[in-house]
Amino acid sequence: MSATLSLTAVRMRLALRNRAFIFFSVIMPLGFLFFFFLVFGRGGPIAVQYLLAAVLALSVMGSFWGLSVQLISFREQGVLRRFRLTPIGPGPLLASSILSNYMLTIPTVIIEYVAARWLFGMQHWGNLPSAIVLVTVGSASFSALGLIVASVTNSLQETQVINNILWSIFFFLSGATIPLPVFPIWIQHAAFYLPATYLVSGLERALVMNTGLVGTAPDTFALVASVIVAFEVSRRLFRWEPEEKVSSRAKVWVLVAVIPFLIMGAVESHSKRQVVQMQQIFHAIAPNGLSFTGPGPTHASSRSSARACSPASPPGRRDLSDSQKSRSVNRISMVVPLARRSPRGLPDRILPYPAVPDIPSTARHRSPGSARS
Amino acid sequence: MPEAVIEVVNLIKNYGTVQAVRGVSFEVGEGEVFGLLGPNGAGKTSTVEILEGLRRPDGGTVRVCGLDPERDNDRLKQEAGAVLQSTSLPDKLRVEEALRLFAGFYQRRADTEELLRRFQLVDKRHAYYHDLSGGQKQRLALAMALVNDPRVLFLDEPTSGLDPQVRREIYSIIEELRQGKKTILLTTHYIEEAERLCDRVAIIDHGQVIALGSPRDLKTSEAGTTRIEVRLARPEPNGALSGLDAVSDLHEFDGTYVLHSTQVPQTIVALVKHLEAGGNELQALEIATPSLEDVFIELTGRRLRE
Repeated sequence: MSATLSLTAVRMRLALRNRAFIFFSVIMPLGFLFFFFLVFGRGGPIAVQYLLAAVLALSVMGSFWGLSVQLISFREQGVLRRFRLTPIGPGPLLASSILSNYMLTIPTVIIEYVAARWLFGMQHWGNLPSAIVLVTVGSASFSALGLIVASVTNSLQETQVINNILWSIFFFLSGATIPLPVFPIWIQHAAFYLPATYLVSGLERALVMNTGLVGTAPDTFALVASVIVAFEVSRRLFRWEPEEKVSSRAKVWVLVAVIPFLIMGAVESHSKRQVVQMQQIFHAIAPNGLSFTGPGPTHASSRSSARACSPASPPGRRDLSDSQKSRSVNRISMVVPLARRSPRGLPDRILPYPAVPDIPSTARHRSPGSARS
Repeated sequence: MPEAVIEVVNLIKNYGTVQAVRGVSFEVGEGEVFGLLGPNGAGKTSTVEILEGLRRPDGGTVRVCGLDPERDNDRLKQEAGAVLQSTSLPDKLRVEEALRLFAGFYQRRADTEELLRRFQLVDKRHAYYHDLSGGQKQRLALAMALVNDPRVLFLDEPTSGLDPQVRREIYSIIEELRQGKKTILLTTHYIEEAERLCDRVAIIDHGQVIALGSPRDLKTSEAGTTRIEVRLARPEPNGALSGLDAVSDLHEFDGTYVLHSTQVPQTIVALVKHLEAGGNELQALEIATPSLEDVFIELTGRRLRE
């Protein structure tokens, strides 16, 4: 245990001495935050709440990229070979990767939270315990995924190819950048076979709907399962030397890592619970759907909506004013146009399910059901 | 020989169809510096890596400190230190951090301050690894191999790629370790290194030990001949000198006769008598003690670095 902790401390110091790390892990996530909030977050405090979930998810998801590159570089340079001569096995090395990455993610997450609250008018912190748990297990889960990527690839180039593919999938299909409800329903279901989607959906509910630990338990469970399986798989696939090749038997372990998500995805496809909740949150935030042009909010309206939500109101119980309920205020302005719209401005290929009754009034001031009625 | 710390019996290692190690056997006693001398690809590194538990042998038995490197790997790592080829440290790791970090992995720990002093790294304690020179990196590698105060030390080509001055620096350090009675197994393809540092040497080629003994014994018994070079006032007829006492071989090169003698005194006496009898005159005489390189050429028919 002490070896893991001392390795964690050293690896944190190494990361902080690395300019690339500072750029990708601190500056870029903050860039996402300002870009999202300034471009899309003018719809008011709830939109900021919604976007913060996406920004936090992107910060956490980026873990796999940095760790996979670091591990494969260590292997190619012979650093792992040097560690191999010591009594520590792959476990402490991999655990220190996950721990140090988590410890370094925390300041970024705090800065993002604080910026959302103090610079962009976010009205409440959301459900902090849920958010903390989701960020923690999400960070561990994506770190472990990065370790698997490093273990199944034989060179830095291969790692980057896999990273690009995974990042593109997570970036576009998890709901972190393009809200899932704008996609056809089958893509929404398919997205719940990805770990990233559980992170995004969990954070959305924790931040927008103030959902507590019990409500986000399915997302947490999916991510915890991912951590356990991915860590064990990465430990089994771990290779000290560049010339060691992945054995065929080891490749089967990669499939094992997928099993929790196949199960979770199948359960979700059956229950449809998470898909519906994501749709409800999205339509609560953006009843107009995504619009490229149209009656958008101005900074003045944004500021007035921020004011309309009293900072003194308890989280999750903030009744929205009439002006906020209007489409022009509570919407996300985004540069992705929708191909088809219903007459009321909602994407017409979503919401085949009835609204789930436990959505709090704060988020359901314009429920999907009412939108279709 | 003192109690064996390393025992290798009929070791075999194959990589696909390539037989890298073919029945290697040797023992290394407590406090001994033992060298594996041979060209690249001879099987030295494979042997050392099996002894460290990094590779699995395909045959034979090995014991290090009485432990099976494969089965008792964790215990062996507590007892052994190593400098391997192609290892590195993270670029932005500082010298002192590296020593303290690695010392923390072991139950028995050497004093890292003392190691910094001993390896002349005190001034570099805060330097990043990538800012160190080749010699400093190798000194750090040696210091790190000693962080657990190991009973046995494996040094795989410890001076490979270093310039002569740095190489001599490393020799001094290894000689110091030798005085400290550490058991050391050293692989090298530098003759000078083996002759200067090793108590005993196994010459290894094509995965087999072709000679084993102290450098002095090897030079006298394995090669078995000493080279005597003579220049004469007049040329001798072909083959006239090859019949002299104890001469096993004779070459003539640019007016110089090179005699390979198994008994130098007898050959010299016979040579002088022969020249006097023939009215010839000795202009120059040089006796060259055979080097390990000569031993290697004698045994394999080629140079060490061919």
